[in-house]
Amino acid sequence: MNHIPAVHAEGLVKSFGDFRAVDGVDLHVDQGEIYGVLGPNGAGKTTMLKMLATLLPIDGGRAEIFGVDVRRDPHRTRQLLGVTGQYASVDENLTANENLWLFGRLQGVSSRTSRATAAQLLEQFGLQEAANKPISQFSGGMRRRLDLAASLITRPPLIFLDEPTTGLDPRTRGQMWDTIRELVAGGCTVLLTTQYLDEADQLADRIAVIDRGRKVAEGTPDELKASVGNSTLRLRLTDAAEQTVAADVVRRLLGEDPVLSPESGRLNVALDAADRAADVLISLREAGIGITSVSVDAPTLDEVFLALTGHDTGDSVDPSATADSRQLEVAR
Amino acid sequence: MTMQMTQPAPVATPPRRLTPGDIAARTTSHNSLRETISQTMSMAWRATKKMRRNPEQFFDVTIQPLLFTAMFAYLLGGGLSGSVEAYLPLVIPGILAQTALTACMATGVQLREDMEKGVFDRFKSLPMARIAPLAGPMIADLLRYAIASTLTFVTGIAMGYRPGGGVAGVAMAIVLTMIAGWSLAWVFTWVGTLARSAQSVQGISMMIMFPLTFMSNALVPVETLPSWLAAFVKVNPVSYVVTATRDLANDGTVTGHVGWALVACAAVIAVFAPLSVRSYKRHL
Ligand SMILES: Nc1ncnc2c1ncn2[C@@H]1O[C@H](COP(=O)(O)OP(=O)(O)O)[C@@H](O)[C@H]1O
Ligand SMILES: [Mg+2]
Repeated sequence: MNHIPAVHAEGLVKSFGDFRAVDGVDLHVDQGEIYGVLGPNGAGKTTMLKMLATLLPIDGGRAEIFGVDVRRDPHRTRQLLGVTGQYASVDENLTANENLWLFGRLQGVSSRTSRATAAQLLEQFGLQEAANKPISQFSGGMRRRLDLAASLITRPPLIFLDEPTTGLDPRTRGQMWDTIRELVAGGCTVLLTTQYLDEADQLADRIAVIDRGRKVAEGTPDELKASVGNSTLRLRLTDAAEQTVAADVVRRLLGEDPVLSPESGRLNVALDAADRAADVLISLREAGIGITSVSVDAPTLDEVFLALTGHDTGDSVDPSATADSRQLEVAR
Repeated sequence: MTMQMTQPAPVATPPRRLTPGDIAARTTSHNSLRETISQTMSMAWRATKKMRRNPEQFFDVTIQPLLFTAMFAYLLGGGLSGSVEAYLPLVIPGILAQTALTACMATGVQLREDMEKGVFDRFKSLPMARIAPLAGPMIADLLRYAIASTLTFVTGIAMGYRPGGGVAGVAMAIVLTMIAGWSLAWVFTWVGTLARSAQSVQGISMMIMFPLTFMSNALVPVETLPSWLAAFVKVNPVSYVVTATRDLANDGTVTGHVGWALVACAAVIAVFAPLSVRSYKRHL
């Protein structure tokens, strides 16, 4: 086959002064894929996208979009990309219709085609009623949809979505997910960033986990979740003093160290399969340990993080301190 | 049957993958001149929409001509020319230039404010000529210069000014003011791309604008000035514009001063347009 990767980057670096916001990231996205970049606030996701989108100079490494060198040929790169930033990048002074028309005109689409595409996109995104309203009257979800529509007016083959659903309510979020899936069904390639494991899980074919400007893991959602167990059992003990005993029971049964929060009597442990939870509960009952609440959930980004990096997603926390306190908790 | 497909279901063909040939075919290496002009006009369209929705943007070009014409004429007229009527032919073209300069100062401030908005991130990500977001609003601003210069003449005429150049002379003076405003706006656009905030653009622009307008022959005849000041006043591009405007409005003659004014405008554009684009690109 003669086709080329949608994104190919090697050793991307961006420094702000002494601080390396992106520190040697390799990225390879195939055509037709949804590729998720997962990481907490401040991990360097936006910075990375901006470099790939020619919005920030690349300090080190190299990047190609459909084989076009981003640094050497930014003009060509821009013709292949639709960028939807983390913060709404539509014009507040114009209506939805005018926005889309303008972005079409600025990219060489004829006035008539631009108007037709705008109408079509507004309908596709459920915005036709708001087409002639000022953007200031739009809800957060409407803005995001308009923002995405604005990136599609020239039907670019590659779309960047920076945290497309952060701050949206669950229903609007589901709609956004459907829209993204439709894009890919139509032949688009999508590179998206997110802070939510479930979003990456729902949408992405492959995921890169980014932490402090570095890629710490990459794989399919299943591979990633398998590294932390497929689900997490969360328990709250009636008597916090029984935590050590409970932890021993769990460790013996699953061969896995639970994570304890001594002050609240909480105990969390990763499970390979959700039905192992029953075994844990039975063993605890046999050991005479009381439980006030139980839940089995998918692992959170925090837990994936903890497993991959040894520290949690807290932005300001010193990694060694977090690792120490975790060991302390486990040892207690 | 209760359910009916209104459209034939799309045939599920796997989407075609792009080859290097496809990529070369759907991209160009740079914007052509035609594309650049079209993009600039689209940005101008955006600016006119913005103006219409924020009418306070017209305050400086409506209030100031009325206020300054009356103020300077009554304040300085008696002292400088013996009477208000005798001073008007001298001061009206001066105020014209002054108002145009104030209007183009707003160009820089507004560009800076605009650049801080989210939509500029999108503009930057588009394959758009880098001059279009700068030149577009400036073209829309021609409207503001036209309003400002027309109002200045109207106020003057109401106060007793009778331009000797007639309608044609006045029209040419207005056109020259618009050209001069557009040219000098590049200076402030450059400041707009350079400064850190809209406030600092305002501050720096004031420092440029005041010497340019007051240290010119806009309000006083050069002969009344000390020689060191006269030297600056004579090379100040605003002086060329003011002299040329006087020739056009008062005599209706296209003198050499008009030529020199146009040369001065061209020189300002030649220096500051490339500087602005370069500085704007560095923001990326
Ligand atoms: N223009 C900038 N100047 C200095 N530091 C920056 C700048 N942009 C981002 N950063 C820093 O780089 C890091 C990564 O930021 P960002 O890419 O926005 O993270 P994310 O999108 O993953 O939340 C953060 O610590 C942020 O403070
Ligand atoms: Mg971000």
